[in-house]
Amino acid sequence: MTQLATPVVPDVAVVRRPARVRLLWFLVALALLLAFMTASVAFGSRTVGWSDILAAFGGADETMEQAAVTKRIPRTLLAVCVGAALGLAGAVMQGVTRNPLGDPSILGVSMGASLAVVTAMVTFGLSTATGYIWAAILGAAIAAVFVYAVGSLGRGGATPLKLALAGAATSAAFTSLISALVLGRNDVAGGFRSWQIGGVGGATYDSIRQVLPFLGVGFVICLLSARALNSLALGDDLAAGLGERVALVRGIAGLGSVLLCGAATAVAGPIGFVGLVVPHVCRMLVGLDHRWLLPFSALLGASLLTAADVVGRVVARPAEIDVGIVTALIGAPFFIYIVRRQKVRQL
Amino acid sequence: MSTTTLEAVTRGRVRRTRRRHVVLTVLTLGIVAAFAVSLMAGRTFYPPADVLAVIAGENVPGATFTVGTLRLPRAVLAALAGACFGLGGVTFQTMLRNPLASPDIIGISSGASAAAAFAIVTLQLDEVGVSVFAIVAGLAVALVIYTLSFKDGVAGARLVLIGIGIAAMLDSLTAYVLSQAAEWDLQAAMRWLTGSLNGATWQETVPVAVAMTVLVPLLLSQTRNLAMMQMGDDTAAALGVRVERTRILVIVAAVGLIAFATAATGPIAFVAFLAGPIAARIVGPAGSLLVPAALVGSLLVLAADFIGQFAFDTRYPVGVVTGVLGAPYLIYLLIRTNRAGGSL
Repeated sequence: MTQLATPVVPDVAVVRRPARVRLLWFLVALALLLAFMTASVAFGSRTVGWSDILAAFGGADETMEQAAVTKRIPRTLLAVCVGAALGLAGAVMQGVTRNPLGDPSILGVSMGASLAVVTAMVTFGLSTATGYIWAAILGAAIAAVFVYAVGSLGRGGATPLKLALAGAATSAAFTSLISALVLGRNDVAGGFRSWQIGGVGGATYDSIRQVLPFLGVGFVICLLSARALNSLALGDDLAAGLGERVALVRGIAGLGSVLLCGAATAVAGPIGFVGLVVPHVCRMLVGLDHRWLLPFSALLGASLLTAADVVGRVVARPAEIDVGIVTALIGAPFFIYIVRRQKVRQL
Repeated sequence: MSTTTLEAVTRGRVRRTRRRHVVLTVLTLGIVAAFAVSLMAGRTFYPPADVLAVIAGENVPGATFTVGTLRLPRAVLAALAGACFGLGGVTFQTMLRNPLASPDIIGISSGASAAAAFAIVTLQLDEVGVSVFAIVAGLAVALVIYTLSFKDGVAGARLVLIGIGIAAMLDSLTAYVLSQAAEWDLQAAMRWLTGSLNGATWQETVPVAVAMTVLVPLLLSQTRNLAMMQMGDDTAAALGVRVERTRILVIVAAVGLIAFATAATGPIAFVAFLAGPIAARIVGPAGSLLVPAALVGSLLVLAADFIGQFAFDTRYPVGVVTGVLGAPYLIYLLIRTNRAGGSL
């Protein structure tokens, strides 16, 4: 790679905010997450009173209200897990590719997971949650490697434009393969549609329990690679000079993020733009140091997805808007804002 | 210049022009052949004499309905829509100097699709209403993308990326509309979204034909300017091209073609994307790609529709066939383009 890194934050590159500021934002983010979680349990298509909520936490589900709240608790937990996974995965992808437009959905990784799940449904008749997770992770990994390889061919290495185009083109190719697989098979079409639209609405404790080990491993790998990503941000040559094994670091951190977004996609369907928006906001709040940025992205990702889920439930009452649609409507304008802010040569 | 060099240059030009003519002739013959086959063959085979009689307006028992009402509008629509997609696609690819920057990827098809899904599912409009809606939305989305990427002029890279962002947003809108659909509407909307010629009638075909008679000459009149703009905006301006004016004219014409075709058939996957690069491959470096790409598009859609109808046990919509054929080529092209440093 000949070109220097595209600066991830071009305007005010704050490497690290003072500890006091970071701690303050951390507390704010934590409070925000708790507030959204409460809202997620309290609001929905059915209006419930506080007494019902408290009773439901005590295990009661005699009335319709209490039953509704009982169903909202796993949903909230899943939204937190998936949001944290996507936020962290996005931050790591942006670090690994040194690309401000890194996001599982833009880079085609989510669509790779979808294609793998559909293929598994059609060819092996796969229908277990764990099976979906393995298939999705495999698909995500293949797509990630492929898009990165294609995007970094040629002059200038992996520029944001080339990566985004490679991702969009790969997504388009995968989408038409998916529709070819699904259209011929009416039995699969229904299952696939409900999986794809899934969101976090169908969450059960069981599905959370199945995805948790995968997310856990992903979290650990990603958080441990923070220091190496800091070196990587200086450019490959400097990172190598600092004693990092650049390719190895990329591989391991990439694997972590693929685990996270593959598993998240398997339980909640493809959800876009959380991984794009969250790291950018976090950089403004805590600075560029990945040791702070990564956990913060997870925290804020969880908040964003929980909030988006609540919004989707409240806006379209009594129907629901899938959380992935809400995040796309919030995220796409943000994407455009980032693109407009960059200089053309950096694209 | 010595005579030998001059001769070599002339010989090269003659060779390239001859190749272009040969390719154009072969493509045209191919379209005629594919057109004829899709009129004659099918569940029942009708000999050429019957088909010609039907076209001439005579009443042939059986054939008048099958060929005249079912197959003829379908084949005509396939040929016209293919040409529209090919032309619109290659225009964007040429203008943005990137084969990946076709309307299917930068959001214009997504805009038309979202509007059509909304019109079918939410507003319950008929075919004409859906067309109008899709066309207006296609133009509006193109306008939005253009405006958003305007910052000291329009840079191709920014336009492409903003298009990708807009496409993501519109696709999620489409998904939302579909998630609200009743079972029957869902079928209609899904079929439309894959791109299908099923149930093609003259009612859908005529608007496309009318649009083409206006927009194709407009687009072809800009061929020279477009060619100069390929050398970069500054060079083109120095050579006397009014860059922004040409760009707007060309965008309106290309988006119009794409939107009319999309309204009639749905976004047939990858035709807009593939026609240009395939044309570039077979014509070689001689002149404009607009006409060859239109012919390639026509041929692609005609052939893919025939394959989709009769090659498998299930009848696949044409968009599935072009999608499956197009996907690997897209990936191959992606690799080749990036390796070469990126131009058509």
